[in-house]
Amino acid sequence: MAGMVIAGGGQAAGQAVASLRQAGYKDAITLFGAETYPPYQRPPLSKQYLSGEYGLDRVYLRPEKFYADRDVDLKLGVTVSGINPAAHTISTSEGNGITYDKLLIATGSRPRILDIPGSDLDGIYYLRTIADVDAIRQAMQSARNLCIIGGGYIGLEVASIAVNSGLNVNVLEMESRVLKRVTTPEMSEFYHELHTSHGVNITLNSTVERFAGKNKVAEILCGDSRFEADLVIVGIGILPNIELAEKAGLECDNGILVNGRCQTSKPDIYAAGDCTNHPNPILGRRLRLESVPNAMEQARVAATNMNGGDSIYDSVPWFWSDQYDLKLQMVGFSSDGDNQVVRGDRKSSQFAVFYLKDDAVVAVDAINSPREFLVCKRLYGKTVDTGKLQDPGVDLKSLMS
Amino acid sequence: MPQIRFIEHDGTEHEIEAINGDSIMVTAINNLVPGIDADCGGECSCATCHVIIDPDWMDSVGRPSEREDSMLDLNPDREENSRLSCQIQVRDDLDGIIVNLPEFQY
Ligand SMILES: Cc1cc2nc3c(=O)[nH]c(=O)nc-3n(C[C@H](O)[C@H](O)[C@H](O)COP(=O)(O)OP(=O)(O)OC[C@H]3O[C@@H](n4cnc5c(N)ncnc54)[C@H](O)[C@@H]3O)c2cc1C
Ligand code: FES
Repeated sequence: MAGMVIAGGGQAAGQAVASLRQAGYKDAITLFGAETYPPYQRPPLSKQYLSGEYGLDRVYLRPEKFYADRDVDLKLGVTVSGINPAAHTISTSEGNGITYDKLLIATGSRPRILDIPGSDLDGIYYLRTIADVDAIRQAMQSARNLCIIGGGYIGLEVASIAVNSGLNVNVLEMESRVLKRVTTPEMSEFYHELHTSHGVNITLNSTVERFAGKNKVAEILCGDSRFEADLVIVGIGILPNIELAEKAGLECDNGILVNGRCQTSKPDIYAAGDCTNHPNPILGRRLRLESVPNAMEQARVAATNMNGGDSIYDSVPWFWSDQYDLKLQMVGFSSDGDNQVVRGDRKSSQFAVFYLKDDAVVAVDAINSPREFLVCKRLYGKTVDTGKLQDPGVDLKSLMS
Repeated sequence: MPQIRFIEHDGTEHEIEAINGDSIMVTAINNLVPGIDADCGGECSCATCHVIIDPDWMDSVGRPSEREDSMLDLNPDREENSRLSCQIQVRDDLDGIIVNLPEFQY
């Protein structure tokens, strides 16, 4: 076979294939994806695909025909089970000794599993794949009481859709506030109030101990509290899929270690997306990210370098989340700041919190405020006049010069 | 099927047969036209699908919504006819449209 081989079939894999062909790579490209769908976008899974607004055509990264037209061999439903870096071969669920010139590992991540008594009952779901959402949508039709375990972005997005479709929604969060891992107490409070005002019940500091029910889940037990539930969605974080790389002797540490060119510790093997731990020259440290812009950009960088070019990854991390009619756009990490200023009005749900370190902008949480989001993307790491930044009367453009 | 002519910043032209109902962004992506990143997949959340519409076509295409306008506002390459290509749906009356691609997406 040789040519370019991609292990994994998600967002990074799909982008890498497109970038390789766009750059004029003419030889064989073979993609092995464990799922049976062509590469697709996960963000709509907890948003418009869950609500039924989007069909599969809007979720796929590109139509299936694209790959056939461009001579890309999609091996779907096939898992890569081993890599032999010295021999430049891989083994899969369908055969061994498949050779590659360059290999891209884009295995992504998987949900962290909640392993407690009763977790094998029916009615308990995780949300990572199209198949997951299809099953959840089916279950939602007859469910009345949805319990979401974990108040992260995915859990809260699901809550917003489920409550709008008429379900009773409980969110159980182990920590003292929702979104604790990713944002500040003020933003957590804003989102907490937003959800309760729409009728979602949020219970904090509650560690789920047991699911109860006959065959199917009926109740969730946390300490002295019990919650009725005929549908449970668990969203307690993800784990990077690094086992394939580890087994092959590639260096891993909270992700597959890559350099700025997306190269792993073995020659001719690259990695991109959720599964990597990569250096970020702008932030000056290594990161493992769970975000589409990162998967897309690393895929572009990897593809360029696999094709003999020279590209270095240097993007400011960013992310978005849609809940109800609010669009949140985030740049950087609020925990990097030592000071924060608010621009706009919290009550009107149109505001941005800028985070600064030594007067340099290092992050923003922008709610229905695209200008503020873009200003932070452009001014990242630069010193700004905070007085002007928080004065809505000052045109943001004047800060850019 | 409507024809779309994409012109890259360096002048390279791509004549593409588009599908009604697809966005201009999707048309570019599915045909490997370079110059559009579209990181958010068409959600008006990333602003990396910026294009400049030929002035003759601006009336048919129309002006950006308020949100799209604020996404374009701080783009240093913004021009009078700038749009986010994920927000424009292909229709029969856009047959022949000329879409210019900027040098960079931000
Ligand atoms: C519900 C949901 C909502 C999200 N919303 C947002 C959002 O709003 N914004 C944002 O930026 N990010 C969001 N994310 C995160 C984003 O989707 C991920 O960061 C992105 O998908 C990562 O892409 P990837 O290609 O690295 O991995 P994935 O998309 O996970 O793809 C990896 C693929 O490889 C396959 N695979 C794994 N191992 C093997 C193997 N050994 N052999 C063959 N195939 C294998 C997997 O089955 C999977 O299909 C969301 C994620 C989820 C689940
Ligand atoms: S694709 Fe992201 S704004 Fe158009």
